[in-house]
Amino acid sequence: MSAIVLDQVSKTYGGQTVLHETSLEIAQGRFVALVGGSGAGKTTLLKLMNGLSTPTSGRVLIDGADIAGRPGPELRRGIGYVFQEIGLFPHMTVAQNIGVTPDLLGWSAGAIAARVDELLDLVALPRAVAGRAPSQLSGGQRQRVGVARALAARPSILLMDEPFGALDPVTRTALADDVRALHDQLGLTTVMVTHDVGEALLLADEVVVMADGWALTHASPRELLAGHPDPVVAGLIAAPKKQAERLAELARG
Amino acid sequence: MADRLSAALAVLPERLGWHVTLSACALALGLAIALPLGVAAARSPRLKGITLASAGLVQTIPSLALLALFYPVLLLLSGLATKVLGHGFPALGFLPSLLALTLYSMLPILRNAAAGVSGIDPAVVEAARGVGMTDRQRLWRVELPLAAPVIMAGVRTAAVWTIGAATLSTPVGQTSLGDYIFSGLQTEDWVAVLVGCAASAGLALVVDGLLGLIEDGVARRDGKRLWAGGVGLLIGLLAALGPLALPRDKPAYVIGAKNFSEQYILAELMAGKLEAKGAAVQRRVNLGSVIAYRALASGEIDAYVDYSGTLWANILNRTDNPGRTAVLDTLRKDLKARDGVVLLAPLGFENAYALAMRRDRAEQLGVKTLADLATKSSQLTMGGDLEFFSRPEWASVEKQYGLRFKARRQFQPTFMYRALESREADVISAFSSDGRIAADDLVLLGDPKGALPPYDAVILISPKRADDKRLLDVLKPLAGSIDVKAMQAANYAVDRDTGKKSPAEAAGLLAR
Repeated sequence: MSAIVLDQVSKTYGGQTVLHETSLEIAQGRFVALVGGSGAGKTTLLKLMNGLSTPTSGRVLIDGADIAGRPGPELRRGIGYVFQEIGLFPHMTVAQNIGVTPDLLGWSAGAIAARVDELLDLVALPRAVAGRAPSQLSGGQRQRVGVARALAARPSILLMDEPFGALDPVTRTALADDVRALHDQLGLTTVMVTHDVGEALLLADEVVVMADGWALTHASPRELLAGHPDPVVAGLIAAPKKQAERLAELARG
Repeated sequence: MADRLSAALAVLPERLGWHVTLSACALALGLAIALPLGVAAARSPRLKGITLASAGLVQTIPSLALLALFYPVLLLLSGLATKVLGHGFPALGFLPSLLALTLYSMLPILRNAAAGVSGIDPAVVEAARGVGMTDRQRLWRVELPLAAPVIMAGVRTAAVWTIGAATLSTPVGQTSLGDYIFSGLQTEDWVAVLVGCAASAGLALVVDGLLGLIEDGVARRDGKRLWAGGVGLLIGLLAALGPLALPRDKPAYVIGAKNFSEQYILAELMAGKLEAKGAAVQRRVNLGSVIAYRALASGEIDAYVDYSGTLWANILNRTDNPGRTAVLDTLRKDLKARDGVVLLAPLGFENAYALAMRRDRAEQLGVKTLADLATKSSQLTMGGDLEFFSRPEWASVEKQYGLRFKARRQFQPTFMYRALESREADVISAFSSDGRIAADDLVLLGDPKGALPPYDAVILISPKRADDKRLLDVLKPLAGSIDVKAMQAANYAVDRDTGKKSPAEAAGLLAR
C-alpha cells in the first residue's frame, strides 16, 4: 500500500496558482526527494501531506485514508516534520523540545524521559545536552534535536523541508548520512524538500523534479542521470553531473 | 505642622487601602480584557487596527474628564436598571472610577500583548503547528510564554498609569490618595498635598519594582524572582486591604460636599451635629458641582449645601433674576416637583459671585460699581475661577454692563486671590463669603442692574430622606444661623497661611 497518495491536488493562494494539478504516490519505506528552484511548489506540496496546508482541489491519502476528515493537530502528531529554520522552542530545554509531541499525546513523564534518552543516542548527541537551552547548541546540534523531535512519537512518515539548508557543508553531509541511516534503520517513509540536486540524487530512492508549480518528472536517480527529454529537468541534472565528472577527473590527476 | 502631618497620616490607611483596591481591581479587569483582545489582535490585522486606535483614543481623553464622564453614563444605566429590574446600583464612587481606570489601563497591555505575540519568530509558530499543537496549545505553550516579558512590561506601564490616575477618582466620590491632593489644594494645606503625592508616587514605585521583578523572572525564566515579585505584591495587597476589612459601623447618613473650603466646613458642621446625636456619618467631599446634585437626587448622598443661584442656573436652566425670595420660593417648589429634592432651609448667608478688586487699585481708577468698571475694562485683566467664564452669570454681567477686558485668565480659586495680589489680574470673580475679602482688604463692586443672581446657601435633602425626622430635626435649627461675617471668618480660618484650622475645627467656630 502507498504510504502517501496525492490525488490531483492543486493549490491557489489569492488567485495565484502555486501548485498545478499534481498526482503522486509514495510507497511505504521509500526516501523521496522533491527538488527544484525557489517558487517551484516543493514546500507547498510537502505541507499538503500533513495538513499544514489544505489543497484547493484534490485529495490527500495517508496510509490509504483521506486526511480531509481528520483534525490537523491529531494528524500531525503522527507524522514527523523537520524545518529548515529548525524552529526549536527557545523557552524549552532540549529534552522538553524533543518530548513535546509525546507530551501532547499524553505519554507519562517516565516514558517521555526514556524516549528522550533513546533519541539523543539515535541522533548522536550526548545525553548531557538534555537540560540545555537550544541557544546553547551549535547549528548542527540544533538540527539533530529537530530530527529527534520529529521522530519522538515514533511516526512512520518523516517530512523534511530543506533540513540541511542552513548548515555548513561538513555538518551537512554528516547529518544527511545519519538521517538516511535512520530512515533505513527505522523503516520510515521519508519525503525531503531540497534545492540541492546533488544531495537529492545521493540520498533519495526517488526524485520528483518541480518547476513553476508543476511536477515535471518522478524517477529514480539512475534514470535521471541517464538523461531526460524535458530541457528543464535535463538542465537541473546536468550541473551536479558535470561537477562530479570534473571532480573525478581531478582525482585521477 | 506636626499636627497637620499626624492628622494627614491618621487617614492614610483608609485612603491608601481604597487607592490600592481601586488600582488593583482596575488593573486586573484591564488585564482580563486587554490580554485576550491583544492576542486576538495579533492574529487579525484588522482587529489590531481597530482596537489599538480605540484604546489610543481613550488615552487622549484627559483622565479627569474620563472619570467624570462615567458618572452620568452610569446614572443613566442605573435609572434603566431601576425601571427594568426594580433596583439600580450606585453610580457614584467606586464603579465609575473602576470603569474609567480600567479603560485607561488597557492601552499599554493591549499594545504589548499584540506586539509580543506577533513578534514571535514565525518558524517557531510553524514548528508548534508542525509538532501537532492545537491553536489553544500553541497559545498557552508557546506564544504566551514567549510574549510574557513584553506583556509584563505593558502591565508595568499600565500599573504606574493607573495608580497615578486613581488620584483623580476623588471628584466622583471615591476615597483615594487624591483626597489629600484635592482638599489640600483647596485649603492650601501643602502638608496634605505632599502626603498625597508622596504616598501615590511611593505606591507606584513599589508596585513598579515588584512587577519589574516578575518581568525579570519571566524573561530570564528565573522562578525565584517571579515568586519574590508575586509574593511581594500579594503581601502588599493584603496589607493595604487590611484596614478596609476591619468591621465598621454602616453609616446612617452620608453628607456630601463640593470641592472648596466652605463646603468642607459646612459638611463637617452637619456631620458633627448628627454625630452628636449618636448617628454614624460618612463624608463624601470633593464632589464636582453637578455631580453633587445628581448624587443627592439619586440618594447616594443624604444632604449637602448648595447655592440658590447655582441651582437656578444649572438645574432649572433659568437666566432671569426675579429677586432673592422669589428664587428661593421657585426652587423649593420646582426641585421638589422635578427630583423630589427638599430645600430645607437657607443658612442665612450668601456665597454670591461678586467682582472684586484691590482697594488701592479700585480707588486709583475710581471704580465703585460694575458700571464704573465698564469704562476702564479695556485696560484691565479679568481673573475667574475655572467655571466662571462659562457660567450664565458672566454672560449676563458682560452683556448688561458691556464689559470688554484686555485679557481673561482662569485660576484655581486659591491662586485667583494670589493673582490679584501679584497684579496678574486686576479684577477677579470672588465669592462674597470668602474670608480673604476682608483679610486682603478687597472691595466688592456694586451691581446696580442686578445682573448677578442671589446665591443663598441652602441645605438640600435627598428624596429618600424627605421624611427622616432625626435628620430634619438636627439640620433644621441651622436655618438662618450663619451670617456672612461668621462664614467669612470660618473660611479664613481654613484658608489662611499661618495658624490654619482644619474644616472640622472651623465648623466648631460656627456651631458656637
